Amino acid sequence: MYEHDVIVVGAGGAGLRAAIAAHEAGADVAMVTKLHPVRSHTGAAEGGINAAIRDGDDWELHAYDTMKGSDYLGDAPAIETLAQDSPEDTITLEHWGMPFSREEDGTVSQRPFGGLSFPRTTYAGAETGHHLLHTMYEQVVKRGIQVYDEWYVMNLAVTDEPDPNDRSCHGVVAYDVQSGQIQGFKANDGVILATGGPGQAFDHTTNAVSCTGDGQAMAYRAGVPLEDMEFVQFHPTTLPSTGVLISEGVRGEGGILYNEDGERFMFEHGYANNDGELASRDVVSRAELTEVNEGRGVEDEYVNLDMRHLGEERIMDRLENILHLAEDFEGVDGLVEPMPVKPGQHYEMGGIETDENGATCVDGLYAAGECACVSVHGANRLGGNALPELIVFGKRAGRHAAGEELGAAEILTGYGDDVEDETDVGAPVEPGLAGIDETSPASGVAADGSGQTMASDAVLEQAVEAERTRVDHLMDTDDGVNHADIRSKLQRAMTDYVNVFRTEDGVKKALEIIRECREEYQRVGVSDPSRTFNTDLQMTYETRNLIDVAETIALGALVRNEFRGAHWRQENQIRDDENWLKHTMITWDDGAPSIWYRPVILEGEEKTYEPKVRSY
Amino acid sequence: MSTQQEQPTDADDAGTGQADDAADAGPSPQDRRMDKKADRRIERERAAGATDADAETVHLKVFRYDPEVEGKQEPRFDDFHVPFEKGMTVLDALIYARDEFDPSLTFRHSCRQAVCGSDAFFVNGRQRLGCQTQISDLDGPVRVEPLPHQDVVKDLVVDMEHFYEQMHAVEPYFQEEDLPDGDLEEQYQTRENREKVKMSTRCIWCGACMSSCNIAAGDNEYLGPAAINKAYRFAMDDREGEELKEHRLRIMEQEHGVWRCQTQFSCTEVCPKDIPLTEHIQELKREAVKKNLKFW
Ligand SMILES: Cc1cc2nc3c(=O)[nH]c(=O)nc-3n(C[C@H](O)[C@H](O)[C@H](O)COP(=O)(O)OP(=O)(O)OC[C@H]3O[C@@H](n4cnc5c(N)ncnc54)[C@H](O)[C@@H]3O)c2cc1C
Ligand code: SF4
Ligand code: FES
Repeated sequence: MYEHDVIVVGAGGAGLRAAIAAHEAGADVAMVTKLHPVRSHTGAAEGGINAAIRDGDDWELHAYDTMKGSDYLGDAPAIETLAQDSPEDTITLEHWGMPFSREEDGTVSQRPFGGLSFPRTTYAGAETGHHLLHTMYEQVVKRGIQVYDEWYVMNLAVTDEPDPNDRSCHGVVAYDVQSGQIQGFKANDGVILATGGPGQAFDHTTNAVSCTGDGQAMAYRAGVPLEDMEFVQFHPTTLPSTGVLISEGVRGEGGILYNEDGERFMFEHGYANNDGELASRDVVSRAELTEVNEGRGVEDEYVNLDMRHLGEERIMDRLENILHLAEDFEGVDGLVEPMPVKPGQHYEMGGIETDENGATCVDGLYAAGECACVSVHGANRLGGNALPELIVFGKRAGRHAAGEELGAAEILTGYGDDVEDETDVGAPVEPGLAGIDETSPASGVAADGSGQTMASDAVLEQAVEAERTRVDHLMDTDDGVNHADIRSKLQRAMTDYVNVFRTEDGVKKALEIIRECREEYQRVGVSDPSRTFNTDLQMTYETRNLIDVAETIALGALVRNEFRGAHWRQENQIRDDENWLKHTMITWDDGAPSIWYRPVILEGEEKTYEPKVRSY
Repeated sequence: MSTQQEQPTDADDAGTGQADDAADAGPSPQDRRMDKKADRRIERERAAGATDADAETVHLKVFRYDPEVEGKQEPRFDDFHVPFEKGMTVLDALIYARDEFDPSLTFRHSCRQAVCGSDAFFVNGRQRLGCQTQISDLDGPVRVEPLPHQDVVKDLVVDMEHFYEQMHAVEPYFQEEDLPDGDLEEQYQTRENREKVKMSTRCIWCGACMSSCNIAAGDNEYLGPAAINKAYRFAMDDREGEELKEHRLRIMEQEHGVWRCQTQFSCTEVCPKDIPLTEHIQELKREAVKKNLKFW
């Protein structure tokens, strides 16, 4: 067993920042991560970090833009904290040597981004995320913070009092991918989940293969609510074979979208008569899919993004990296042929419910980054707002877990008096557990029925034993179902039915397929017999997490019968402020999801944000 | 340069209503169109099946080894025949082989877009990122092996520990302590200086350069191109003062540092990020001489 004050699970932008902050606060901190830190998906972010650092800009404008962008589903205390802390936390990165792009006068550069009233997106070339990730990892090396890399966290050691608000977290169970040994990691002060997004729940995504929602699923099964999971952002221009993102820059420079018949459909089919290709992400994504659904897609799958008319010189000057992307990942030469593109899953707005300090309703359990939902992004994330979220809330979670006083949070967590229950979910099948094998292994109440809470060591040991048993079972199952088959079925269902177009029937269909996946998962087996670097085993674990997370996305999409931000419902074409200024919360109660709602907080420090029509 | 402008969703955009109408558009001409397309597709597939099947299949020869599993303890090559699709990369083909044929086939990968540096392999005799290599650019059969000069853990997975140690050995972090007073004040850096370090900051720690280097193969303690490049990244960054620069040059000067390099350019040739590694090493040598530091 390993023991530290603070255990950070995940070493992307959020995890690294949390670890540095906890270390600076004097804690003995360790990171446990399934990928080496520099391999985390934060490295893929291109655009930049929103921070109000210049004259003429201020945090209140940033907060206002973010609230409006969220379609009034972000919580004001979270949004204001983000906007207030981002300037200092961004400059800290500069002080750590991050190679930001520079202006003539030597100051760091900022660029305009969609939905922002001031060009406050601070960037480092077209690879801001790469530099942010590497700069913070360098600081982790400098501080000598312990990193257990290529250790896969399988479960949390959380007690199991009936009310999740009474539970506490004492560590994690992980296995060393290289050797296969399973170990407990005891956390004396706190566990911080920073495991990133669940993009792999969809079969076409800009997210890495490692983005499997592990932290969300583990927190969910430990009783922590997942919040607003139905809000998933899709990006309209991703390469069909890989999901690699082609930035808006191409359309910004004048790139044109054509269907199979060579029609410039954004105009010719009237999707956006004013803005055409430059309409907002969701509008372009829906237009593309409509073309494909109506038979005007190329190969029945995608549309063409053409930039040839811009001329070689201009393309080489401004869009050279796009040429490389198309060439390397799609085998297409953007100078001589149009590039195929289609919408892809890009970002999960929802996540593990936390307050402004990163704390969840379970004592000692924190979350930060894309896996968490504070909630800053509400129904729609603005570009450039995820990276500041990593550093602002990663830092706060790290400090709080290490015992620093940050002041009481205004955002409430866990089921409480301020919530409203959903009585009629209307799911077509029973969601949640299927079969007996899946019973939650971690349980912190003594088995002797005395009702006594076990010592933290015992909670952890029990959780470790449960995972050892699970692994033995998975490895011993001969002729089991291959997780890859279940995963691809799940991904297809999500992409077919819980995509940019959502209908009630479609979402129900997805829930039925998810149920089938659960049933098939009861017979899953790991066929690689080796304990050495068994990725078959790891992916089998991840697939289970994807099933749980996908189900919460679909359930949220089913109950929210309005159109807000990224959540489009065919039957409900308006934003319904009367009934829906509230967060969707899903909790795992003894294996069956229950849904309830918590009102959104629109009261800021000094003002209340009035929901307005979102027009740009 | 890319500007990744993320535009917000817009409930009131003119396009929304139309998209909806379009989705509900009259079924009959549409259905007919879809049917026709489906027919065409079936025909296409039939045509493909009739032609030489091999033309549509990728033949992979993949290195296999597992210290624990009988039959795999002796390294061997397995053959996989994967259906080819336009745009398919070596990584795509490996994923297909694993998911469809052999779940025990093991390799690191994550981002699929040449930013995480996980999947440097030895493909047809050269270090390349699997995700960045189009099958159509390769002669078949495609031979995939783990990076040479590194211990193999299993199949295509090599032990990266030594590579990480070398990276860590060059104090790979910004060390300037004389920072602006205000928490909101940045250090200044000229555009030229930023441009100077730009390429060096692109390294994704894939290890391809180290694996291609003959010197590193012979001298286990040689820092290697990636670590030296990391040192270059800081030594050339004007935000760190002269004293620190000298300190960094001294590290580069040590027995297993820059002077080991014999300018064979193999690292530069394989670097997936096009970092001019050999040039950077040469420049550090020149700087060291300029500073009159003793050299080996
Ligand atoms: C292509 C792309 C471009 C983007 N561009 C921008 C942009 O310009 N601006 C912006 O603000 N945002 C952008 N985003 C969004 C932003 O990059 C992400 O939301 C953010 O980087 C997520 O960071 P994270 O630290 O939460 O997670 P990640 O960086 O994904 O890190 C997750 C970490 O958790 C670890 N982990 C996961 N599960 C386990 C487990 N079971 N056990 C142990 N460890 C585990 C992984 O090893 C990894 O270290 C972009 C996203 C994408 C995909
Ligand atoms: S220098 Fe190039 S080849 Fe070497 S590790 Fe970095 S990216 Fe890979
Ligand atoms: S999978 Fe990330 S570099 Fe290839």
